[in-house]
Amino acid sequence: MKVNGVVHPAPGDPRRLLSDHLRHELGLTGTHVGCEHGVCGCCTVLFDGMPVRSCLMLAVQAEGHEVTTIEGLAADGAPLHPVQQAFHECHALQCGFCTPGFVMSVVGLLAQHPSPTEEQVGEGIAGNLCRCTGYASIRRAVHRAGELSRK
Amino acid sequence: MTTRWFGQRVQRVEDDRLLRGHGRFTDDINESGERALESCFVRSPFAHARIRSIDVSAARAMPGVVAVYTAADLPFGQTDLPILIPHPNLTHGRTQRCLASEVVRYAGEAVAFIVADSRYVAEDAADLVEVEYEQQPVVITPEIAARAEHLVHDDVPGNVAAEMLQEVGDVTPALAAAPHRKRLRFRFERGAASPMEARAVWARWSKSESKLTVYDSTQSPTSIRGGLAVLFGLPESSVEVIAPDVGGGFGPKIMLFYPDELLVPFAAMQLGRPVKWTEDRQEHFTAVNHERGQVHDVEVGFDDEGRVLALSVDFIHDAGAYTPYGIILPIITAGQVPGPYRVPNYRVRFRDVYTNATPTSPYRGAGRPHACFVMERTLDAIALEIGLDRAEVRRRNFIQPDQFPYDVGVAWQDGNTVIYDSGNYPALLQKALANLGPRPAGDHVGMGLGMYVEGTGVGPYEGAHVQVLVSGKVVAATGIPSQGQSHATVWAQIVADELGVDMADVEVTSGDTRRFPWGVGTFASRGAVTAGNAMAVAARMVADKAKHIAGDHLEVDAADLELSGGEVRVKGASDRGIPLAAVAVLANPVRYAFGGGTEAATQFATRSRPGPPLREGEQPGLEATGYYSPPGSTWAAGCHAAYVRVDPKTFRLEILKYVVVHDCGRVINPLVVEGQIEGGVAQGIGGAFYERLAYDAEGQLRNASFMEYLMPYATEVPAIEIDHIETPSPLNPLGVKGAGEAGVIPVGAVLASAIEEALGTPITEMPLSPLKLFELVKNRS
Amino acid sequence: MKPPAFEYHAPTTVEEACALLGSLEDAKVLAGGQSLVPLLNFRLARPPHLVDINRISGLDGIYERNGGIAVQALVRQSAVEDSELVSRVCPLLSAAVRLVAHRVIRNRGTVCGSLAHADPASELPAVLLVLGGHVIARSTRGDRIIAADQLFTSVMETTLAPDELLVEAWFPSPAGPFAIVEESRRHGDFALAGVVRAADRLALFGVAATPVLADSADPTRGLQPSGDLEATPEFRLHLVRALTERVFAA
Repeated sequence: MKVNGVVHPAPGDPRRLLSDHLRHELGLTGTHVGCEHGVCGCCTVLFDGMPVRSCLMLAVQAEGHEVTTIEGLAADGAPLHPVQQAFHECHALQCGFCTPGFVMSVVGLLAQHPSPTEEQVGEGIAGNLCRCTGYASIRRAVHRAGELSRK
Repeated sequence: MTTRWFGQRVQRVEDDRLLRGHGRFTDDINESGERALESCFVRSPFAHARIRSIDVSAARAMPGVVAVYTAADLPFGQTDLPILIPHPNLTHGRTQRCLASEVVRYAGEAVAFIVADSRYVAEDAADLVEVEYEQQPVVITPEIAARAEHLVHDDVPGNVAAEMLQEVGDVTPALAAAPHRKRLRFRFERGAASPMEARAVWARWSKSESKLTVYDSTQSPTSIRGGLAVLFGLPESSVEVIAPDVGGGFGPKIMLFYPDELLVPFAAMQLGRPVKWTEDRQEHFTAVNHERGQVHDVEVGFDDEGRVLALSVDFIHDAGAYTPYGIILPIITAGQVPGPYRVPNYRVRFRDVYTNATPTSPYRGAGRPHACFVMERTLDAIALEIGLDRAEVRRRNFIQPDQFPYDVGVAWQDGNTVIYDSGNYPALLQKALANLGPRPAGDHVGMGLGMYVEGTGVGPYEGAHVQVLVSGKVVAATGIPSQGQSHATVWAQIVADELGVDMADVEVTSGDTRRFPWGVGTFASRGAVTAGNAMAVAARMVADKAKHIAGDHLEVDAADLELSGGEVRVKGASDRGIPLAAVAVLANPVRYAFGGGTEAATQFATRSRPGPPLREGEQPGLEATGYYSPPGSTWAAGCHAAYVRVDPKTFRLEILKYVVVHDCGRVINPLVVEGQIEGGVAQGIGGAFYERLAYDAEGQLRNASFMEYLMPYATEVPAIEIDHIETPSPLNPLGVKGAGEAGVIPVGAVLASAIEEALGTPITEMPLSPLKLFELVKNRS
Repeated sequence: MKPPAFEYHAPTTVEEACALLGSLEDAKVLAGGQSLVPLLNFRLARPPHLVDINRISGLDGIYERNGGIAVQALVRQSAVEDSELVSRVCPLLSAAVRLVAHRVIRNRGTVCGSLAHADPASELPAVLLVLGGHVIARSTRGDRIIAADQLFTSVMETTLAPDELLVEAWFPSPAGPFAIVEESRRHGDFALAGVVRAADRLALFGVAATPVLADSADPTRGLQPSGDLEATPEFRLHLVRALTERVFAA
């Protein structure tokens, strides 16, 4: 399994969820766990480039695949990824717990719709719960991320 | 001093690490490198039952299981957990024990605690614990509890934990004399705060150092520390409690002690290994406190002009199975019903009743959304009755701007009475109506209006420590943690202004008892008022000290100095100054090797002042600890208005426009305040139309998942237009008022008002849903 | 909320998968996992064996067959959503799949998995039914074609045998005007009630133990929906009538 470009050994216990494996075996605690039934979206990662719920996959299923977590978007010390930068500029995070999942979903959304309409933004982030922001700032951040990505 | 950072739309300093996935939440902690043991609870499946027996032998025998605890295994197993805020009217306060051994009184109450190599194994073991229950009659809903056909606690007659009656003026004759009278009943159901991070605790015991270290996703690490020290017989200096990044709180994380907050440290001490417990979402729904369940009977008397002459409110608060948090919630409701209006004769009685449901404690808004709903719905009813515009009825009842301070005369949660310090309610309404604009075209459109006041910034106090390092950087710390309120940013703004430094040079730590051991917690919209002012106080002390030290050095009177640009400068002579970094060195007159201005501070440096190197009474270091203790609450206020459309067939709600005008005194950072409001309104929309904790008659919570407890997604929350007015608080040096809870308070009242108009059907309850509206319309015709 | 222990099998061919399903006691097929894994995490399902079909190659095709769209077992819902072929040949399926949960769920969830799971409130079983489509069930005993009206038996129950793998679903093109509408509490939630129309055929979902065909003139005839927290039987019938009006107005 390749995670953020680094190859890792195969997971042991087949019932281990991918979210737990990333967090506690690989120490990539940026992927958060908010519900473990696929509703909140906090655990969203890119699986072969597509955003998916890591709490609804077994770690063994990622064998031979590429996983990108929030830690893989921008190297330490490097500038933020455009989506991360846009979230900062638009105050699209407060407690920051849902944020990695939102960022990964938005990376997927912008890959699908580089200049999303307001409706596409709503559809694209519905599926992630945020309890702090009320979403308005996240909507603004998606548009801003689109702008930054196109630059 | 020139205010530079205060009031600016400053972007947050906490974002970078959170955005990179480098946040540190409790379940992320791996401090010692030694992997923590993981744990889970066995919880009661029944809402009310006697425990006949508990058999944990099979669980104990399971490979990978390290320990299984029941009440019998705990030295504090028969100790009732504390009542956090006792009150003379709480005559029958009851709290649960860490683990139930005789009776369980709500589904989800903890019965056993399992520690294992992993949570997976712990859950396997939990499946093997056999508990024999004898089911008892279940009491659900406040009305049924008040009838007391069955008791939640055998020794609490009538299920009444507390009763309180307050009266201002003389209500009975005033009602009798009023030209118009109306009786109304308003009902609110339970809701849940549902922070995205559920609760978690991590603990390690260092035997060699006799030191207990606890990470806890709490809103009050200082209180946890105090309690653990007492329970385990340790000096407070041996207990460290850290609230690291906390993934949202919204109230229930101020509650303590939850059983895990004792059991995880206990197990870590017993087992000599780090232990952690991370709550899952399913158990969060029943193990973490709820709020909002209340039923209110109202009688109002008013005149032909719509002026309220007398108001009587009699309500029942659904306490759940225990009262660990005292009776703060109904006290807040009782105190906040009158809102921004003159109510010359006001009587309020409440009964706090036990039910077989999860206990309650404050959830963002804390008693206020229901209080606001009661008053605003009552004013709407008056408007309807005498054919007046809803805004006009409010105008005629407002407390006027020249009437402050205004004493409502009933009790407040800090032991004072409710006394509004400042405000301008007519201006809020006027601005909101102007911003709302003309009514959209179309059928089934309704306009809603809601106003509120909010007592914020309750005491008793918070403190702060501010230190200028020899590098010139500033560190600041306070005891209260952040759950997303942007403390690191706004405290840095305050400190940077006081010390005349760049915000980037100020680093804030909050919620870590190692850095600041005193304080109360982050709740009740109090952070900016209490800790914010404490930061200002401490930073001003540091600034004064810097002026004295620099004055000695520069042979200038301290009064002629100012802090600016990272220096202490002579006023009017910007070329005469000394860097704060050097002042920090001078403040500690010893020898050491590193540091920008070290040579200036050796004992051989020329000193212009005679006497010992440290002035009498002076402490070394350019640092200070300051406290702020408010004389009373400061009262924020606001007005929300909206247009909605309700589909007459599917009863789907569409919020066409939503405007907020908010007054929290001087705004430290508009970006942060607007974020708080937007989030609050979204939570209010959830509470008004989507989120309802649905207990059945057996006391089972039927919707304990995010699939069924319907927190709004982005698609359910409209754009919200926010505007401010500023009436500074006269009570504190910064002139600020709290802003954390405001957004949520009037949303139910606003949407009820709008939906009532859209459908022409009276709305007297919260939350609503398409089903509820369908039935209201059906029953009308 | 961690899955109970199970034995994990990851066959690489359909034959191997069928052999496992034929020999293991109480095995459960893991495709997209978007319904099954939550059930495991809640420990509401405790299958002793999981047969993960995701390592089987050649099972992710979308192609045109007999004037309809054939969707193989590992085709993700988002692939159907994005497919030009599907939007040309069976645009109703494109429209319906967009109503399934959220994009991130559709990135993993499969069309065939949704059919096999047979949640009565889900869209795709009703679409298969209204179009008169079918599925192909494979086992060591051979292939079996199951018509939509023979597939769904009750709440999350189908006529698929325990040893059968649903390898393909076939959605014929709608023979006339089509539309799908539903009422759900939040965007992406399961429907309180839903109506899908293809030409003069009408199917309902969320209002019975299975998707059901209905008479467009009297769509609620014989219907006895169940009630839950968000909808009483009466409200469901009301919604069916309102949605039927809308689906014919569309």
